[in-house]
Amino acid sequence: MKLKTALMATALTGVAFAAQAQEITVMSWGGAYTKSQVEAYHKPFTATTNIKVNSVDADNPATPIKAQVEAGNVSIDVADVEFSDAVRLCDEGLLEPIDHAMLPAAPDGTPATEDFIEGALQDCAVANIVWSTVYAYNSKNVSGTPTTIADFFDTAKFPGKRGLRKSAKSLLEMALMADGVPAGEVYDVLDTDAGVDRAFAKLDSIKSDIVWWEAGAQPPQLLADGEVVMSTAYNGRIFNAAVAENQPLEVVWDGQILDFDLFVVPKGAPNKDAAMQFIAFSTDTQRLADQASWISYGPARKSSGALVGKYSDGKTEMAPHMPTAAANLTNALVNNFEFWVDKDAELNERFNAWLAQ
Amino acid sequence: MTDATANGAPAKLTTADGKPLKAALASAQSHARRRAFFLVLPLLAFIVITFVAPIGQMLHRSFHNDGFTMHEDIGSGVRTPIMTNLKAWFDANPAGTEPTEEAFAALAADMVVLRELKAPGQAGTRINYELSGSRSMFTKAARKANDLEAPFKDAFLDLDKDWNNPDLWRVMRDASSAYTFNFYLAALDLTRNADGSIEQVNENRQVYVTLFSRTLLLSILITVLTFMLGYPIAHLLATLPLRYSNLLMILVLLPFWTSLLVRTTSWMVLLQSQGVVNDSLVGMGLLDDENRLQMMYNQMGTVIAMTHILLPFMVLPLYSVMRPINPSYVRAARSLGATSWTAFRRIYFPQTVPGIGAGALLVFILAVGYYITPALVGGADGQLISNLIAFHMQKSLNWSLAAALAALLLGGILILYWLYDRLIGIDNLKLG
Repeated sequence: MKLKTALMATALTGVAFAAQAQEITVMSWGGAYTKSQVEAYHKPFTATTNIKVNSVDADNPATPIKAQVEAGNVSIDVADVEFSDAVRLCDEGLLEPIDHAMLPAAPDGTPATEDFIEGALQDCAVANIVWSTVYAYNSKNVSGTPTTIADFFDTAKFPGKRGLRKSAKSLLEMALMADGVPAGEVYDVLDTDAGVDRAFAKLDSIKSDIVWWEAGAQPPQLLADGEVVMSTAYNGRIFNAAVAENQPLEVVWDGQILDFDLFVVPKGAPNKDAAMQFIAFSTDTQRLADQASWISYGPARKSSGALVGKYSDGKTEMAPHMPTAAANLTNALVNNFEFWVDKDAELNERFNAWLAQ
Repeated sequence: MTDATANGAPAKLTTADGKPLKAALASAQSHARRRAFFLVLPLLAFIVITFVAPIGQMLHRSFHNDGFTMHEDIGSGVRTPIMTNLKAWFDANPAGTEPTEEAFAALAADMVVLRELKAPGQAGTRINYELSGSRSMFTKAARKANDLEAPFKDAFLDLDKDWNNPDLWRVMRDASSAYTFNFYLAALDLTRNADGSIEQVNENRQVYVTLFSRTLLLSILITVLTFMLGYPIAHLLATLPLRYSNLLMILVLLPFWTSLLVRTTSWMVLLQSQGVVNDSLVGMGLLDDENRLQMMYNQMGTVIAMTHILLPFMVLPLYSVMRPINPSYVRAARSLGATSWTAFRRIYFPQTVPGIGAGALLVFILAVGYYITPALVGGADGQLISNLIAFHMQKSLNWSLAAALAALLLGGILILYWLYDRLIGIDNLKLG
């Protein structure tokens, strides 16, 4: 009898151990953004489910997915990727489909499929944030106040270097908007050869003043160093530098380009069930609202909006810093993922050629 | 001695146990050879597994892309041929045939298969590599695959008028065979037009040839610069008394031991327009605050940083060759009436050539494939071909094109290596 109890106890401990030892690996973009996810998602998830979350970073988490899945050696369970990458990877069969029925409903009972913003739920992806490419300036180094996207391209009025992301995406749209194309027509214009020429012609006008950046953490640094006077950037990174690090950086919302970041599960993820559990947990109304108190990215659920409060310093109201705040949306463009899935190769080829000229 | 000699043919030499000597020798040697082979077997296996196999696989991708012919289910590994009907039509009709109703019917049947396998993205991506904008045509058509009805040609043209584009049909024909050299064409800024002949791509798309030649020129420039800077240093190191030269050697090696990234970012601190060099020049009044020098995010930044980083690779082989050169040769030349320049040119310099060859080859080959430094300090016009290879590996995910670019780079280096061997001789190389 005693022996049996002892055996039972050992077996139970073994089970408990196994449960505790379970862990998942989540890949994201690093810096302030990963920190916001660790605080809002990872820690409460581990506290609730006892599943440990390993956080790893990449310049763009979409890249290792293809390599890992094709090599048949997947180590990532969940990755945080951009919209066009999520669609493309899904189309190439590199992602697990996600059952939208498993996502929790909003507190008032609205099903998840209606609670998420349009486009936020894809076959293989669930959005967690709405972020935006904006441009920011260092108020210490700019004389006057830039207010429009055209000011970014006006080196006569605001002399100095400009920081831009080294990628055709969002660059060409901004160039067209600065050239006077209304946000609603940008993708129609960009779909024509003449439109692409027009965008590059606009970029030509500031080419000698451009400093290129690639990682999201670079623009705040370039602006703070005075290496550039204005730079495009992910809005959350500027917010973080301005509020948490007290840099004199200002965001110009005119001509901002909105995009989603979405959670995906690579095909053959080692802990698929736990990964799905993590996604369902992290994208509920409260968690998404929580994340917004760590970085100024908008939650992808409508019901989270009302719950967004103050920044983690306890005094900064988050609402006006959100890309989705009404005042910031007067001239905003929503990234057209289908356009970029299709044209990414062609336009980046042209962009690379333009760079090398 | 015996009648064999009398016949003019030598007697067969045999060993003590009667075996012919030649055979016995061969068996003893082959035994030794086999033993030696077993000794190098671990190294051979290591090289095959970590070097030959992955690089071979990557190079294979440069002319083999089965995105439009084969679908592999990632979970189960089951491989299913796709686009079979269309391929049958291509096989039955020569290149340049106007796509008929029959062809569109084959396409429609293939779309149903693509839809079932969830493979339209894969097939579309393959076509999109060569004809931009075609990817969504496949995903759209496959979504509606079950609703497509005869006449199929009109059904497809209703979805998208580009289904009649002769370029699209030419690309589909090329892609219906997994083996293709089109990625090499793309890597040389070439393309095929609708009738299949090769032509240059549109001027505003040309980038790779420019970058290959820029990589070559900058690598030569960097090699020359490291030689000009490294030769006097190596000479100084080789001629100083040992206790001083050891100290100086540490100064050469110290940066060599420092992380590449640290050295590159230190150059960024020094060179940027608000950096140390510019600040000092402005502080001394040599430069106006408005006209700070742009020394980074251009070719100049790439050249400066790479020259510094690769300098030890020139200095060390030179030093190892100069150290054992006997100073009495030069003295002898001088005593026989040579000027110091002649003594250097005819006596000292020729003895250092093996070191120059080794250093130059090392620096050049490293420079040709350099990635991180140009990526960080090169800006737009300081990019090298390796940066574009990385772009296609990481961002556009067009691995076949990346592989073709890499294969061309590798081929180019091998040709230069061969030239070097012909002109100077690889036996002349001395690394230490």
